[in-house]
Amino acid sequence: MFRILHQIFRTGIVTEPLPLLAEAEIEEVGARLEDAIGRRFSKSLTIRMVDAGSCNGCELEIHAINNPIYNCERFGIHFTASPRFADMLLVTGPVSRNMEIALRRTYNAAPSPKLVVAVGDCGYNGGIFGESYASLGGVGKIIPVDVYVHGCPPKPADILSGILRAVKI
Amino acid sequence: MPEAVGAAHPTMKNNMTTLNNTIITAFGGDAKQDTNQYPIPPTPPFNKGGGRGDIAYQTPRERFAEIAKAMKVADARLVAEWTTDESLYPHPPLPHQGGRNKGRGFGIYACYAKDSEYLIVKTYTPLDDPTFPSITKKFISAYRFERQMRSLMGVVPVGHPDLRPWIKHEDWPEDAYPLRKSFDASKPLPRVAGEYQFIKAEGEGVYEIPVGPVHAGIIEPGHFRFQAVGEDIINLEEKLGYVHKGIEKRFEALSWQEGARLAGRVSGDTTVAHSLAYCRAVESMTGCNPPERALWLRALMLERERIANHLGDLGGICNDVAFAFLLYQFSILKEKLLRTNLKIFGHRFMMDSIIPGGVTVDISSDAKNEILSEMDWFTNEFERLATIYDENPSLEDRVRDAGILTPEKAKELGVVGFVARASGQNLDCRIQNPFSPYNIIVPKTTVLQSGDVHARAWVRVEEIRESIRIIRAILYGLPKGEIAGKFTPPPPDKSGFAVIEGWRGEIVYWIQSGPKGEINRCMVRDSSSVNWIALEQAIHGNIVPDFPVCNKSFNQSYSGNDL
Repeated sequence: MFRILHQIFRTGIVTEPLPLLAEAEIEEVGARLEDAIGRRFSKSLTIRMVDAGSCNGCELEIHAINNPIYNCERFGIHFTASPRFADMLLVTGPVSRNMEIALRRTYNAAPSPKLVVAVGDCGYNGGIFGESYASLGGVGKIIPVDVYVHGCPPKPADILSGILRAVKI
Repeated sequence: MPEAVGAAHPTMKNNMTTLNNTIITAFGGDAKQDTNQYPIPPTPPFNKGGGRGDIAYQTPRERFAEIAKAMKVADARLVAEWTTDESLYPHPPLPHQGGRNKGRGFGIYACYAKDSEYLIVKTYTPLDDPTFPSITKKFISAYRFERQMRSLMGVVPVGHPDLRPWIKHEDWPEDAYPLRKSFDASKPLPRVAGEYQFIKAEGEGVYEIPVGPVHAGIIEPGHFRFQAVGEDIINLEEKLGYVHKGIEKRFEALSWQEGARLAGRVSGDTTVAHSLAYCRAVESMTGCNPPERALWLRALMLERERIANHLGDLGGICNDVAFAFLLYQFSILKEKLLRTNLKIFGHRFMMDSIIPGGVTVDISSDAKNEILSEMDWFTNEFERLATIYDENPSLEDRVRDAGILTPEKAKELGVVGFVARASGQNLDCRIQNPFSPYNIIVPKTTVLQSGDVHARAWVRVEEIRESIRIIRAILYGLPKGEIAGKFTPPPPDKSGFAVIEGWRGEIVYWIQSGPKGEINRCMVRDSSSVNWIALEQAIHGNIVPDFPVCNKSFNQSYSGNDL
């Protein structure tokens, strides 16, 4: 127990202030994220993440925005298990044929108005997997997308920035 | 909770020809060594210190299963089984083809391994009679391989007990076989009506829990069907294939260089190991030897990838038993390592850093010192957390004796990687099939016997410690020189093979060049393809609420399995 308490004190607060996250866009509009979430989503933005066929690289970076350094919860952003509670869907991957129906169902299960952020180059146009019998291409071909976040995979700060852009729309 | 048994690996030299001798003794002239596709003998330093699967035997179709039986008797492990469409290769028409040229038909391949020896057995089946004798009754791991071969290539394993589709979902047209050359991959597939028949359990109080494909967390999709009585799981059946993106077919449309990028995206968390396995398979076809410095840098990246993923998993295991403190602590460490990767290699996961012939990034002496001092700092921090994990009774209560995969089952299923090492199997390609520098810096494996969640966690703890040591040794000994050699594309009609110990375990690539020197087939076998089924076995008798932590302790890739 003492070891745990000691480690907590040693660690302190590692969350970085927004300017340090530094990807230009976040810096520019950073402080307004909390403000926008505060006004538009009663201080709490709830996200359902859907992997529609990714290679799992994007999932690693979405995990990272939850770590203490990016700490997305400080803005009121948190992830939910049920699409019924979701304000936003964060979708990764080219949409695989075998996930198309599940993605549509998840979208339909989320209450309106719902925001959709497609994460990664594959979510934009299918990336290196392209369009084929098994890969239907970008997320926008299946459900309406509000914001695309580019990168393979996008860095955590870019994902936060994409969420911000969607909230501001 | 120390119970680590430092295992000495068996001496390889004595065992290097066991399988080869078995084949020669039992099958004589019926098994012909195929020297056509494998003309290039492994040469140092490309293959210092170990044998490789460059020996391939061609056998008549009717003896394919007999060889499997002999391999089983010789105590071999089935590494992979796959099929090729070789109809594009010019070939004299066989008498029963009525004089029409149908190429070589479908190739059926099985790869066996024992210690450091890998051996490939192949046979052909004509296009108008695409059947072969199933080997599932000899090797359980063939169960899904053969279902997949039938689903995606339309070759029928005769005698297979379960011919439900695998990866191919129930709403695909039955005659859609994407890996056939006659299949147009660019067209979307129509949907047809169909239902997947799950295994049913009946009896008083038995109920079913369907989970997925969209899971609760930030995780890839797959479907789990539990049969339970009260909280006790009596059966679990996995249905995967949701993230099937047609990767193997996609390879066939890419150049040799682009193939490395695609391999790096088979499973994003294993990008280094997959692109490395691809490149080594391609290099084995051309005899291309990357410069020594490139080989060492590849190993450096491989070990950094191993540490980062093991940290994520250890945090995930702790979180799944409600000990979020360690999840956050481990994720801080992981984030810092990824930032160093970004600074030094230009990418947080070092994607696309490995290319055929070498690597794309060199490290300066400043970068070298930075990694060395990072390792000092990291060791200190990591050891604090490992102690906290080790001394926490409430954690121990949940991870001990949960999700046991017995050593007998592990061997029978042919699992690999940390799953195998936590269940008594001493397998590590870095030792059994080393490339430079692993022949000099030999990793010490940790093999545990208990096969539970704790064992799979503790193997990772020990492997992180070992990777730190290897990284230091690589940096101290890093040879000078170029980081990439000249790469020439492979000649037509050759095959290449490589195995790499990724952080999840053995990754296998088998690549065949077509009649025009293009990629005719790229077979990818991620560790997940053999390890997923072990989760079904390990979960028996556990309670439903323990499933998440059991699953996390395996943490297999959906994308790597579904391709």
